[in-house]
Amino acid sequence: MAAIVPVPVVDDLTSPGAQQSRPGLRASQSRRLNAFRYLVFALAAVFFGLPMFALFRMSLLGSRPGTYSFAAWKQIGTYPGLLGSIELSLEISVITFVLMILLLLPTMMWTRLRVPRFGRTLEFLCLLPLAIPAIVLVVGWAPEYNRIERFNLSGIMLIWAYVILVLPYTYRALSAGLNAIDVPTLSEAARSLGASWATVMTRIIAPNMWQAILNAALLSMSLTLGEFTVAYILGYNTFSVKLVSISRNSNNPVVVFAASAAGLLFTFLLLLILSYVGRRRRRRRA
Amino acid sequence: MSSPVTSTQTSGTTRSGVEVRLEGLRRQYGQVVALGGFDLTVQPGELITLLGPSGCGKTTTLRLLAGLEDADAGRIIVGGRDMTRLPASKRDMGMVFQAYSLFPHMTVRQNVGFGLRLRKVSAQQRDARAMEMLELVGLTTQADRYPHQLSGGQQQRVALARALAIEPKVLLLDEPLSALDAKVRSQLRDQIRRIQLEVGITTLFVTHDQEEALAISDRVGVMKEGRLEQLAPPTEVYTRPATAFVAEFVGLTNRLAGTVSGGTVTVRGCQLPLVDAATPAGEVIALIRPEAVTLAAETQTGTLAGTVIASTFLGAVSRVTVDVGDTTIMAQLSTADAIAHPAGSRVSLAIRPDPVLVAEQARPESAE
Repeated sequence: MAAIVPVPVVDDLTSPGAQQSRPGLRASQSRRLNAFRYLVFALAAVFFGLPMFALFRMSLLGSRPGTYSFAAWKQIGTYPGLLGSIELSLEISVITFVLMILLLLPTMMWTRLRVPRFGRTLEFLCLLPLAIPAIVLVVGWAPEYNRIERFNLSGIMLIWAYVILVLPYTYRALSAGLNAIDVPTLSEAARSLGASWATVMTRIIAPNMWQAILNAALLSMSLTLGEFTVAYILGYNTFSVKLVSISRNSNNPVVVFAASAAGLLFTFLLLLILSYVGRRRRRRRA
Repeated sequence: MSSPVTSTQTSGTTRSGVEVRLEGLRRQYGQVVALGGFDLTVQPGELITLLGPSGCGKTTTLRLLAGLEDADAGRIIVGGRDMTRLPASKRDMGMVFQAYSLFPHMTVRQNVGFGLRLRKVSAQQRDARAMEMLELVGLTTQADRYPHQLSGGQQQRVALARALAIEPKVLLLDEPLSALDAKVRSQLRDQIRRIQLEVGITTLFVTHDQEEALAISDRVGVMKEGRLEQLAPPTEVYTRPATAFVAEFVGLTNRLAGTVSGGTVTVRGCQLPLVDAATPAGEVIALIRPEAVTLAAETQTGTLAGTVIASTFLGAVSRVTVDVGDTTIMAQLSTADAIAHPAGSRVSLAIRPDPVLVAEQARPESAE
């Protein structure tokens, strides 16, 4: 049996002098820490805010120097091909996300429940696109897309490439959600009550990781809306490709700033909606 | 198809349920054999507890019966129907898990009604049944709360109500009390038994807690390495253990050297009857319960004597450890008696002539 050793008393901490100086020390440390926090916050705000401010300012430039107008914003709907490219990008974003959830969530759940030893392999495979540059991926996909093009299929076919591109981000978001709940016990409880696997997924697991799914949606949609390299090289006219095309070929580049600012606003709006929905669900349960 | 539903009478309560038969069940994980040809028949309305150390196969048995895992071989027959290949969702078994398994996004009422919702029971009937079940477990006032607003004991009671709401053929309890504190555990244990008798459902309970097993079961099955060592009523398991493993696992035992001859065993001068009278003569280790050992102040020479080295207060009883020179012997006495023998005092020991089981003469003497 281990001997009981008396705990030595540390005089520095128990002496009245030390007791007086500690709160003072803490207050000064706290002030310094707060100042540092404000500094970091201010730097980050300038770093992110300044380009955005410049973007919005540029989008409001009028036809004559020194004037401002909403003319470029109004042109977003009428500029040839711009609205079509926005529609295409939105469609690709939504379909990519739905496809990704349908593919990844059951796979991750199945791996956790039935073959946990393949969890690491699945994680490695899902994170692989992060390690491979987009240009390298495109070189591999190009022959396949050339074949697809022969059938004159819609630009939505880009979803196959995007599903792979968003894989690491959605995997991480869903993985965090699955870690937060006891998937094996909940699914076994539901199964013993008569639930099919589909019911377990839709009525038990998905509602308990709603926030993770929303996060995955936000990441996936932001990424697909802004993706340029793959769409450009494979020859699809998505929103970002169209913006570059307008800036290069048009004599009215202000519309590019307006469309970019609109895209940014849309992503912010999406972020706000998703966090509002998530917060409402949490509040309702609390 | 008619199922062999029967009724039996125990302690004045009418019970009905289905018979469960496990025949030659086998389950292997890689090289590890969790169950090797396991046979068990649970009578209609009976509560059998599977008791054993970790890894003995008790939870595997329950999971195979629930359909949460597939058997490598053998048959599972419930109410005369072969369920071996049926998926868990089609077996109609209510299960309460060791971990809290309530669905976090549903209220207590919705949790209890979930199984009925899957069976397309109308919302009104579902609600009525959920409230009936919550009344059974005494939680009607918590119906609109979420699981995170309940205590551990309440969550397990809701899980029990949820399992019973679907009127399952069999109730499976996988260590449902192990995460609870001692007092809640004992209250819920009694409540489970009361409800089981009231509903009359055939129940298989898995635990590693011998006190729990002995307290609520009709029969206790002690398992070791995927096999049943003994299946008998609790009193028989305790007083007439079939094997040395059962004797040592259920309750405490003193392992004392003895000599078998003529159907009795002589331990330290005390002649004791044997559980198995056919035990061959020779040197053995006798397994003696602490409560069979009595203490008295040392008065005469020649009797078994020793010095009290420790006394553990357990409430109404105390456990006293006596050093008899070459080994220690444990005695269980009423606390009032134990107070008379403080640590350091000399005592005489006597062994009550209860039937004794003997183990192989391999391990040294000790109290376990």
